[in-house]
This record gives sequence, structure tokens and C-alpha cells, in this order.
Amino acid sequence: MPLRKAHSVLPGFGLAMGFTLLYLSLVVLIPLSTLFWKSASLGPAGFWQAVTSPRVVASYKLTFGASLVAAAINGAFGLVVAWVLVRYRFRGRRLMDALVDFPFALPTAVAGIALTTLYAPNGWLGAPLAKLGIKAAFTPLGITLALTFIGLPFVVRTLQPVLESLDPEVEEAAASLGASRLQTVFRVVLPALVPAWITGFALAFARALGEYGSVVFIAGNMPMKTEITSLLIITKLEQYDYAGATAIAAVTLVASFLLLLAINRLQSWSARLGSAE
Amino acid sequence: MAATAPPLRSRPQTAARATSEPLPVKVLLTGTATGFLVLFLLVPLAAVFQQAFEKGAAAYFAALREPMALSALKLTLLTAGVAVPLNLLFGVAAAWAIAKFDFPGKNALITLIDLPFGVSPVISGMVFILLFGRQGVLGPWAEALGLKVVFAVPGLILATVFVTFPFVARELIPLMQAEGTEEEEAARLLGASGGQMFWRITLPNIKWGLLYGVILCNARAMGEFGAVSVVSGHIRGKTNTLPLHVEILYNEYNFQAAFAVASLLAFLALVTLVAKAAVEWRSEEANVH
Repeated sequence: MPLRKAHSVLPGFGLAMGFTLLYLSLVVLIPLSTLFWKSASLGPAGFWQAVTSPRVVASYKLTFGASLVAAAINGAFGLVVAWVLVRYRFRGRRLMDALVDFPFALPTAVAGIALTTLYAPNGWLGAPLAKLGIKAAFTPLGITLALTFIGLPFVVRTLQPVLESLDPEVEEAAASLGASRLQTVFRVVLPALVPAWITGFALAFARALGEYGSVVFIAGNMPMKTEITSLLIITKLEQYDYAGATAIAAVTLVASFLLLLAINRLQSWSARLGSAE
Repeated sequence: MAATAPPLRSRPQTAARATSEPLPVKVLLTGTATGFLVLFLLVPLAAVFQQAFEKGAAAYFAALREPMALSALKLTLLTAGVAVPLNLLFGVAAAWAIAKFDFPGKNALITLIDLPFGVSPVISGMVFILLFGRQGVLGPWAEALGLKVVFAVPGLILATVFVTFPFVARELIPLMQAEGTEEEEAARLLGASGGQMFWRITLPNIKWGLLYGVILCNARAMGEFGAVSVVSGHIRGKTNTLPLHVEILYNEYNFQAAFAVASLLAFLALVTLVAKAAVEWRSEEANVH
């Protein structure tokens, strides 16, 4: 029971809390619980078979691999973008800053068809790549590009506030003690960014794992080759294999919750680091 | 004497060099960042509009005026029109309870509110099929009442409410926690009613955060694809929102029309970014003064 409610003069705790719990249960908790209820109907052996069939395992590998590469690309370029946005003053900086959120704002289906058209063999970017003998659309490379697009804001947006809050005196101290600029950056600045950097990476990775709209157009969707897990779930649903679809969904759901939990731990670690300084 | 001059002049230079990068490095990093963003953000955006206008302005507007496009637009406005106010109401209630009172299990509650962000869109749609579909838990019950949820408008709205669930709450909770409770307590002790306190103290304090959450919530509600795709059944003119209409046109190889409708959504995204930047700017202003 509320500890402070007894002495609080503020009204509305019961009403607000009651509505919150009711709405949360109706919209989120009850619907999500049906997932586990339904997948349990398979029984352990059936469940195991549904989530480890070769086609499903191939989709895990593709989704996991492409998401990891996309998050790594965003980890590298996101650091550069965040650095430039926080540290340098140049024309168009505010525009660039606002633009970083574009993948959050753009509906995924629009991103999907735009990227597919761009990287198709006759597209603006696909044609030059085709001359080099690289096929982007309808291959794992295309999937990775789409996942890079949708994960782009995460690393930048988690790094930016941390970079802004870094005390310049620390760098001045390092420099006045004789460190070169490279030493200061790699030994003083970057280590302080590590928790936020990993958090941004993990957020981009988690988002990529569940992504559907931006990938489904560019993926090609060939079973065993370019079929992501989200699409496989939809395929099973369309074949009325509800139990099979829910089993795979339960696996991905548990995986993303574990990731989310790890991210929360990371964030409290990075908050502790921040307050210790 | 001339020999003493250079150290004096070089001093500020070394200081600048010590806490910043040399100019070529700056240019290189800025160029890399710009190149990455242009390649991944601006080029796709340009492609949308180029494809949309490929057959001229007449074809562009014809694709937007087509009855199926108009009904998709109406349905998109309807789903967002229901989902955003519901989640706004929830966000305010949840933030009030969590930020202004102490109770056990608060962190667990915050984690539960964030749950929909961790669920893949496809799964978000699927749970409503499991719940209300013909083989679903509540399916027979809904059918007996003559209520069609899955492959119908209520399903689209439910899926949209689910995926946009945390937006307002997660903006407001940290904001109201930072505000503390003193102002509201003072209002109450001075005799304000609950309503007066809320409208005159709480709401003005959180208005920018509230608006920010609503903008993000609305953008996602209008643009959601995966979750509504699963529950819609793709019935033209009946259960197609704008993003689903884009998909259908694209899969029919009607690329120009698909991109014309997509350009509307891209424009919405740009408006969202501008509104978001404006709110950020205004709330910074409000904090300074």
C-alpha cells in the first residue's frame, strides 16, 4: 500500500492508479498473456519442434546477423554524428540534428519501398552497386541497409546528452598533464561514453530484431535465404498455424525482454557512473 | 627580444588544440557524419518524392484523390483520433500516480508501461488475433455479440493503441518526477480544489512535455504498419490505413501511386520533425526564463 499516501495532501491517487492498472491490463497485459497461453497449448515437444525447424533457425540467424551488423554500423557512424553535433558549430547543424529523428517519424512501409527502389538493380544506388557486382536489394545486404536506417537515431540520441554533460575541465586537465589530443580522446573521453554507447547499440539492435515494415519490401522473402523471423510469423498466421506462429513469437519476445532488461541495467550503470563524477 | 614573442602567441593555440581536434580532422568527421546522414536519410526521402512525381503532377494528385486513397486517409485519421486521446489520458493518469506518490512496485510498473516498445509490431498485431480471432480466447464471445474485431476497424484501433501505448506516459513520468510535488501541495494547502490544482499548476508545468508526447504518439499511430497489417486482412476501402494502402499499391506494381500516397506520409514525418523541434525549442526557452 502507498507509503506516503497517508500524509499526502495531493488528490487522485486512487483514481489515477486504478485507471492506470485497468488500462494497462486491458491493452497490454491480457493481450500479451494470450501469447504464452496459446503457445503452451503445443506442449513442450511440439513447442521445441516449432521453434527449431530449419526454416525457423535460418530466419533467426539472418535476423540476428543482419541486426548485429546494422547496429555495429550505427555504433560507428552514430558516434561520429553525435560527436560532430555536440562538439562542432557549423552551418546546418540544427537541421542535421532534427533530421536524425527522421527514421522515427517516417512510417516503416514508406522507408521500405523507398529503400527498395533506391537499391533495386536499376535504382539510384543499386545501379552503381550492380556495376561493381554487388546485389543489394533482395539480399541480406539489403536487409542490413534497411535495419541500419531504422536504427540510426538510437546511438546518436543516447550519446548526445552524455557527450554534452562531459566536463571540459577533465579534458583540459589531461591536456595540461601532457596528453596528446588522441590520448585524451581515447583514454579520457571515449571510456566515459562506453555505457551510453553500448546502450545505444543495444537499443538499435533490439529495434532491428523485431522490425518488419522497412525490411519486408527489400528482403526478397525467400525461405531459408532472405526470410526474417517477423515475416515467418506472419506467414504462419496466414496459414492458420496459430500455435506455430505464437511459439516463434514467444521466443523472440523473451529474447527482446532479456535485451530490454540488460539495457535497463546498462542505463542505471551509466547513471551511476555519471553521478560518481 | 623578438624571440620571446612566439610563445606568447602560441599559447592560446595550444590550449585550443588540447581540447579540440585539428581542422582537417574536424572537416573529415563533419564530412563523414554529413555523408552518412545524406546517404541514409536524404537520398531515400528524395527518392520518395521523385518517384511520386515521376508521371507528373496530374498523376500524383489523381493517386491521392482516388476513393480508396481517401477512405484509407479517413481510416488513418480515425485510428489516430481514437488512439492518441486514449493514450494521452492514460499517460497523464499514470504519470500522476507514479511521479507524485510513493508506492511499492513503482519500477516494475514503469517497466510494464514500456513493454509495448519491446514487442515487435508483428507480435503486437498477432496478440489481438489470438484474443479476438475465430479460434481466439474471446472470439466466440465477440461473434455472439455480433462484434467483428479482427479484420475490421476495431482491431486496427486496438493494435494502434497497443503500439502507441507508452509514448505520452514515458515523456510525462520523468518530467513530473523532476517537477516534484511542492507546487501542487502549496496549491492544496491554500485551498485549491483538485481540479483547480490540476488545470492551473500541473498542466501548465507539463504542457510542452505533453505536446511532445502527443506529437510522437500521433506520428506512430498514423504511420504504424506491421501491427495493423497483421490485424487488417487488407480489405480495400474497409480496413486499409494509408501505410497499408501504400503496400497494396506497391505490390500491384503501381509504383507511382504507391509513392504518391507514401509522399503524404513522408510529409507527415517532416511536419512531425518540425513540430518536435519547435516544442523542444519552446520548452528550452521556458526553462531559461
